[in-house]
Amino acid sequence: MSLPESGGLDAKRQRVDALLSAICRELDRVPERPVRIMEVCGTHTMSIFRHGLRHLLPQGIELISGPGCPVCVTSRGQIDTAIALSQLPGVTVATFGDMLRVPGSSGFSLAKARASGADVRIVYSPFDALQLAVKESWRKICFLGIGFETTAPVVAATIEMAARMGLENFFVFSCHKTMPNALRALFAAGGSRVEALLCPGHVSAIIGCSPYRFLPEEHGVACAIAGFEPDDILVGILSLLRQLASGRPKVDNCYPRAVNSQGNPRALASMDRVFRLADSDWRGLGLIPESGLSIRQGFEQFDAGRRFSLQVEEPDSVSPCRCDEIITGRSTPLECPLFSRACTPASPYGPCMVSSEGACAAWYRYGGQRI
Amino acid sequence: MCVAVPLRVAEVRQDHAGLAGISGQVAVVEVGSGLQEVRLEIVDRIPEPGDYVIVHAGFAIHTLSEEDARKSLALFQEAVQGAGFDPDTEAV
Amino acid sequence: MKQDMNRSEDPYEVIVLDHGSGGLASSRLVREIFLSRLSNSYLEELEDSAVLPPAQGSIAFSTDSYVVDPIFFPGGDIGELAVNGTINDLAMKGAEPSALSLGLILEEGFSRRDLERIVDSIARASEEAGVPVVTGDTKVVPRGKADKIFINTAGIGIIPHGFTFSSSRIRPGDRILVSGYMGDHGATIMTQRQGLSLDGGFESDTRALHRLVGRLVKGLGQEIRAFRDPTRGGLATSLVEMAAKAGVTFEISEKAVPVREEVAQVCDILGLDPLYLANEGKMILVVADGAAEQALEILEAAPEADRPALIGTVAEKGVVSVVMETEVGGRRAVEMLTGEPLPRIC
Repeated sequence: MSLPESGGLDAKRQRVDALLSAICRELDRVPERPVRIMEVCGTHTMSIFRHGLRHLLPQGIELISGPGCPVCVTSRGQIDTAIALSQLPGVTVATFGDMLRVPGSSGFSLAKARASGADVRIVYSPFDALQLAVKESWRKICFLGIGFETTAPVVAATIEMAARMGLENFFVFSCHKTMPNALRALFAAGGSRVEALLCPGHVSAIIGCSPYRFLPEEHGVACAIAGFEPDDILVGILSLLRQLASGRPKVDNCYPRAVNSQGNPRALASMDRVFRLADSDWRGLGLIPESGLSIRQGFEQFDAGRRFSLQVEEPDSVSPCRCDEIITGRSTPLECPLFSRACTPASPYGPCMVSSEGACAAWYRYGGQRI
Repeated sequence: MCVAVPLRVAEVRQDHAGLAGISGQVAVVEVGSGLQEVRLEIVDRIPEPGDYVIVHAGFAIHTLSEEDARKSLALFQEAVQGAGFDPDTEAV
Repeated sequence: MKQDMNRSEDPYEVIVLDHGSGGLASSRLVREIFLSRLSNSYLEELEDSAVLPPAQGSIAFSTDSYVVDPIFFPGGDIGELAVNGTINDLAMKGAEPSALSLGLILEEGFSRRDLERIVDSIARASEEAGVPVVTGDTKVVPRGKADKIFINTAGIGIIPHGFTFSSSRIRPGDRILVSGYMGDHGATIMTQRQGLSLDGGFESDTRALHRLVGRLVKGLGQEIRAFRDPTRGGLATSLVEMAAKAGVTFEISEKAVPVREEVAQVCDILGLDPLYLANEGKMILVVADGAAEQALEILEAAPEADRPALIGTVAEKGVVSVVMETEVGGRRAVEMLTGEPLPRIC
């Protein structure tokens, strides 16, 4: 959604056209084809889809949907545990709407658990869950903490409020994940064919620019932090092409109206007081060290994991899923042994299929045809 | 991962007693012809009326002034003309 | 003789199981709450069936159940929805609605005051539309077995001789129109459920459309291929269903689809897409190419149409059923959702 200063639809359309021309010119200066750009934000994925940007971009640019949809990378074990939580007596699970239909390991989901009698409620904000805990003090309200660094500080602030109030019936099951170390793991694996990264605008509003620096410095990957309007995304893509053409990758902040290079210190501080980094399982990608957030000892009374003695078990230790290769451009969906057999949109295995706009889901629907 | 929208701030005030025991600042923002409260616990700068806040899940994560919003438009012109891009500088 | 609506003989303030049992409490309820508000010669017979006079033309017959939560919302309530919804289903086949049935399932403990409010709405909507409720039924189930009130309405209407309106008549070259702003009702319900601002600048658009349909049929006849009211699943779902049934591809322009700014903003906040939100007082109209201008004229003169618009064209069947040119000139497929639209944060 735009600010009024941005001038309305016609002005936006003009900017988009001008940016597309610039992109075409810049693409000519980049020798390698296709140019593979990974975008790591579910909201970028949706915006690209919603505005039909792939259709507008010139041939030779490939946009790959990375592991940036927190719902899609929440491990099946964590979903199974959330479902088990909802089935405990006296427990109400409050969750963002996104999580409701995502299946765990047995095809069960929070929606199905609700249909079978569990108390699962959709909330817009963890603050709504807090208010519910105050209002319905006889229930144990467990908020399902999903999301990256945009959402984690929001949840941290809510936990801090609960602490100030001395609430005893409010809990958080933290499934939060963090971006930078996941990116590190993906690129450290080697062989990635991705040359450029469109960085998540609102995560960056919190963490700033420096967490991405290792990408240009250690891997030569161009980075552009971009907003979510179609013109924002195109400015980001233009910057990436310019970086590749000049052979000088860096981290370019193309979203300065929301992102300061040092990020948001108040949000970071709240996150740091409440959470610590922990190893985390990513659906389809396996265990990534220090890529998740766990509630610190000082706020342990709000940790649903501790309060309900939850054990998170992952169904497969070795997974045949090829999402990590698909995301880094080393494989296509067709090359994954699970694609369209054990893994379909109705029963998805990894994030590329869980996300309705993930590489595998998109391939399943359109088979690469241009509509 | 970040559905967040910029909303215009009409007023900043202490949380009215909706929730006993919680006091904190909220921004009252314009949504259509109505108003909505947004929490300010993690915003980088407390806004003034007339500023915009970027709102995610009921909390403001960033404040920007009308001036900031206008300046960002200039970025687009620069980007198109190639004027804003300098490969030798570090990220802003 | 009408009962004094404000003074109840019934000592119960809430609905109890006795009210649905068929005994004295039941008949008192029917008299005091229903007959006093919905009176007509059919209903007052209180027979097992209403007997209607014979009519010329095909009989359209439709039923729908209403389980919306919340039951009262800005712009209307479940009662008004139940009347207008079934009237519209009949109208979408070109029928002139002649009669409605009204079946209620009430949860034990439901507020009598709320029931009276809802039946008031039903009466008002029925009278404004000129379509009587000729038969009805009320059951009461134990607390917890229903969510306050469920309503079923069925309706009969007569389609004038020689007219057929169906998606199967749609062909390439036809034009696609809508009668007004999309997503108002769904957005109202979603914002109520998520506890967002009450005064959002929009409300439910529930409205009976049969008179407008009558004027359109009178003006354009079979130049109209099909009508459709985009209720559950919104505009997108209805377009996909129509195009799939007709074996064509709809090419839609996003810029042309009318959506209120306030609705668009609330959808941005909640992560919803207005194309998938329900409408309860709007229609999609597919007409032959030559008739598009006149259709638009009739809509523009209509009080029932708040923002008529030409939104697309019908093309030969392509890769997907509905393709949309986006606001910025891109292109995307419009698909069916798996289920209800859910608010998103990620």
